[in-house]
Amino acid sequence: MKITGAEALVKSLELENVEIIFGYPGGAILPVYDALNNSKIKHVLTRFEQGAAHAASGYARVSGKVGVCMATSGPGATNLVTGIATAYMDSIPIVAITGQVSTSVIGRDVFQEVDITGATAPFTKHNYLVKNAEDIPRIVKEAFYIASTGRPGPVLIDLPKDVAQTVIDFKYPKNIVLRGYKPTVIGHPLQVIRAAEMINEAERPLICAGGGINSARAEKELKKLAEKANIPVVTTLMGTGAFPADHSLYVGMIGMHGVAPANKTVAESDLIIAAGARFADRTIGLMEGFAPKAKIIHIDIDPAEIGKNIPVDTPIVGDVKQVLSEVEKHVASKDKGDWNNYVDSLKQNATYSADSKGLNPVEVIRHLSDKTKGKAIITTEVGCHQMWTAQHYKFIEPRSFISSGGLGTMGYGLPAAIGAQFANGEKMVINICGDGSFQMNLQEMATAMENNLPIKIILFNNQGLGLVRQLQEFYCDKRYNQVHFRFAPDFIKLAASYGIEGLRIQKQEEISAAIDKLIEHKGPFLLECVIDINENVYPMVLNGSPINEMIGG
Amino acid sequence: MKTTLSVLVENHPGVLSRIAGLFSRRGYNIDSLAVGTTENPEVSRMTIVVEGDEYVVEQVKKQLNKLVDVIKVSKIIPEDSVTRELVLVKVDAEPQMRAGIIQIAEIFRANIVDVSRKTMTIELTGDKDKVQAFEELLKPFGIKELVRTGIIAINRGTNCIKVEEE
Repeated sequence: MKITGAEALVKSLELENVEIIFGYPGGAILPVYDALNNSKIKHVLTRFEQGAAHAASGYARVSGKVGVCMATSGPGATNLVTGIATAYMDSIPIVAITGQVSTSVIGRDVFQEVDITGATAPFTKHNYLVKNAEDIPRIVKEAFYIASTGRPGPVLIDLPKDVAQTVIDFKYPKNIVLRGYKPTVIGHPLQVIRAAEMINEAERPLICAGGGINSARAEKELKKLAEKANIPVVTTLMGTGAFPADHSLYVGMIGMHGVAPANKTVAESDLIIAAGARFADRTIGLMEGFAPKAKIIHIDIDPAEIGKNIPVDTPIVGDVKQVLSEVEKHVASKDKGDWNNYVDSLKQNATYSADSKGLNPVEVIRHLSDKTKGKAIITTEVGCHQMWTAQHYKFIEPRSFISSGGLGTMGYGLPAAIGAQFANGEKMVINICGDGSFQMNLQEMATAMENNLPIKIILFNNQGLGLVRQLQEFYCDKRYNQVHFRFAPDFIKLAASYGIEGLRIQKQEEISAAIDKLIEHKGPFLLECVIDINENVYPMVLNGSPINEMIGG
Repeated sequence: MKTTLSVLVENHPGVLSRIAGLFSRRGYNIDSLAVGTTENPEVSRMTIVVEGDEYVVEQVKKQLNKLVDVIKVSKIIPEDSVTRELVLVKVDAEPQMRAGIIQIAEIFRANIVDVSRKTMTIELTGDKDKVQAFEELLKPFGIKELVRTGIIAINRGTNCIKVEEE
């Protein structure tokens, strides 16, 4: 079959079962958009290329499939960059396809030329500059394989225009030959037994579940292990939802803004079983002060994470789903004991001190959590609202908290919500944001409307950048700089101009009815919650402190 | 501490920049780097000398292994291996100085590869210590230019670093 390179690309995407592409057209990628005319793959036109990358990421995280985004050369490609780096830091499988200027002029600084494979090398799992059209099928097959296996991550394919126009004989390869890429999936049996023995001997074991549980779909195995030996469970930010928040063994999120019982439990534990978690700096606080009494078992698919941030007693490299299931077989059943009672007492004594003047944002999250039964898909931006959500929304199901953990990308939530809603048309998708981050990608309201997506938006308006303000309060002795907006749009009118209904509340007693309205309203809705500009996130662990030493904890 | 790593990579364009980029991004220091194709033209071999403690070297190995184009990373044990570097040195060599330079070259089994009215260029192969000693002895004559290839290394005996056949 003789077809063009662009047609071969589209055909290869179809063979990889791609159903949806988030993208934005342009000159160098014209042949691909032309070929897409004859494909059953749905294309969603975002209003900014970064939105396309985040939408692909949100789609990947909810569907478990590889998300695909596409843009033209030059600025189209560089606008994808933040989205690609976001996906890299959170290990999200996406394939990004960029147009490139023709091979005959590469390197001559022609119109809309940029070295995107060079630019993205540090934060893609792998990338390709396609030189020969015959390589397209192989490269697409490899790209999807690399993105979705091992530790997932983004892969970029840069396709020059002339290569896209070259006619080739299309054959899709059956096998993949990548001698330099062979992820270890099966955990070493002796290490598994050693880990199980350590768990059996431990008096105060604690499971720390990370994002790997969500991406490996290992929530059942995790629950089985935890319940068998009655091991309390804490999660990292990325592990939110990996263990049901209403479970009696669940303690909460740990870290810089972790909840007090969880951070305190870590300090008392004598064995941490880290499953699909990478001991990120924001999770462990002062490294020397993290879990001082504990031995550490570290289960991770990526060997480079073992011993990178913290010394480990028993490493197990492998797929966390497989490893947890094996470990569980060797772990002895255990009833609840003193350790569980201790953790429960920490949980019971934890009080949330709301010193809010006016509308308390945590109350908004708690109402939302109750009224949606913890089962909505929540996307967030980055800031105070993100931490309040992770702390207080009781996520019952895995892969329902969609947030930029590693890179901390403001502007992630709204486009990610679009991807999430396309991945799951049944569930309610709610983007929780602040007025700062919302203004970074608010143009994507148009994409949501164009596609009839009933996305809800809860906007906490503190007239500025609350979390940065909080940092300046603590680290700059209240010398506030560039954290208060001196101008703001009327968000309700702004939403209305996109055809989105909205409601603004400023008082505590308005919360319940407002959340009801947001939930019951068919179609998209924006709820603006006006909060105090000095509203902080607590607990807070200061730089250089261990996580059990919290302010407001 | 210096550690020598032998890295087998796919002989693709862009691989060198990926590896160099990895070192700069993660803050690892390269002491020396030499690249060339192997007995298999599809595979290149890089010999990289890394400066850093055991933790750094472990991380370098693991991060290199994560690159799709990297096929194999092996640590070279100094006692079990032969390491060599090629150096070209151009020294000031007025006629009255030449005999002294030639004598040093002979002792080191170096070759004189170019002579002009005022200079001599000498080629030397050896391990790090030999190259250093040679350089020290030539310094008094006036070194005008010095080029080195970077260290390459191979294991002694039957122990081979090769791509495992499937």
